Amino acid sequence: MTDAPAPVLAAELIRWSWVGDHLDDIRGYLFQHVQLTVLAVLFGLLLAFPLALVAVRWPRTYSPVLGFTGVLFTIPSLALFILLIPFTGLSVRTSLIGLTIYTLLILVRNIVEGLRGVDPDVREAAQAMGYTPARQLLQVELPLALPVIMAGIRIATVTTIGLVTVTALIGQGGLGRLFIDGFTLNFTTPIVVGIVLSALLAFAADLALVGLQRQLTPWARSRGS
Amino acid sequence: MTVVNEVIAWLTDPAQWSGPDGIPVRTLQHLWYSLLATVIAGAIALPIGVFIGHTGRGAVFAINLTNLGRAIPSLGIIILVFTLVGFGIVPVLVALIALAVPPIVTNSYIGVRSVDRDVRDAAEGMGMRGRQVLWEVELPVATPLIMAGIRTSAVQVVATATLAAFVGLGGLGRYLIDGLSQRDLAQVVGGAILVAVLSLLTELVLGRVQTLVVPEGLAERGADAAVRAKVEKAA
Repeated sequence: MTDAPAPVLAAELIRWSWVGDHLDDIRGYLFQHVQLTVLAVLFGLLLAFPLALVAVRWPRTYSPVLGFTGVLFTIPSLALFILLIPFTGLSVRTSLIGLTIYTLLILVRNIVEGLRGVDPDVREAAQAMGYTPARQLLQVELPLALPVIMAGIRIATVTTIGLVTVTALIGQGGLGRLFIDGFTLNFTTPIVVGIVLSALLAFAADLALVGLQRQLTPWARSRGS
Repeated sequence: MTVVNEVIAWLTDPAQWSGPDGIPVRTLQHLWYSLLATVIAGAIALPIGVFIGHTGRGAVFAINLTNLGRAIPSLGIIILVFTLVGFGIVPVLVALIALAVPPIVTNSYIGVRSVDRDVRDAAEGMGMRGRQVLWEVELPVATPLIMAGIRTSAVQVVATATLAAFVGLGGLGRYLIDGLSQRDLAQVVGGAILVAVLSLLTELVLGRVQTLVVPEGLAERGADAAVRAKVEKAA
């Protein structure tokens, strides 16, 4: 008797027949969501790596780089997307550029902190063994910095998955489109589906990245960390 | 650049700076939603974070809450609560509070937790009881991180309060939403600039407040702890 209200509420929040009828739409939105997220994080990494390397090589540039990306990060997402409209219109490019900009602060910060956290003794040892700077970076420093860098990629990915929904207001949005559909229909089912799926997507992406990190850092597993 | 000229014309039009949909009123509405949400979130989150930090119970929850919070889409929450309860401030408050609670819980937890064990031992050695240790030692030492959490949340709240306009409320988001539907680019861009400036100002002002509130001897330590917490959170 006590759990009688639960099905009533569930029935109000979600009508499964609607979900069944709209599986194709939902799949399409989900695909666009994943696509925007993956591209934004990839472009973010492509931009963040050189910025971070400059900041590590010339420490005086770190503050301005961090300050600038921090200012970009503080701009409300809808405002940033809209500020891009005069340049790129109501296109997928606008969403993608905005989403990429938001990943920069997190990625640059974590790449720099990761590289700075490498033990100076290890760096010296690599130099003494005759490693060129490029080889030292690729084979010694980056692998050791990987846990912190991966942590940044995780935060950037989960944040981006949330932000993609906002781009629904400028015509993209992935699963965020379901919020707008529910709003126009005054109907909770699509909204609930959108919230649950985007939260699940964030959760799954985070787990997948943890798994990837374990694969990439086999030496960390044996230490049990 | 005609757009730039139009935006400047929009921003400097005296009509924009008075009346019920003028920039001052919209700004005050925006700040009102943000303040209300941040205060309520603080009232919910601070006791939880401090309790977990003081007792050590629920640490995993406190650490992971911020990450979980990031996965909640604010626009979805606003629209869902709106369809359930209808027009009013409630949908926006629910979404903003859900956004603001996690960082405050996590930061106040880390702040209290990271108090040096020796300091805690010393306080107990001086005869302080649990509650005294909390109020007179742990909380003051934790203020830098507690403030950092509130600041993070408040800035996010100001940025996200923009979405209030989508469900018919005021605030600076009105210019964005109305401008988009009227295809009035000057209004949209002008509004976006205003929101961005308000967010940056919030960040700057709360940064000042943080340096004023943090006890003098802790300022250095606070900076250290904040960096360590960031790296810890990252790792």
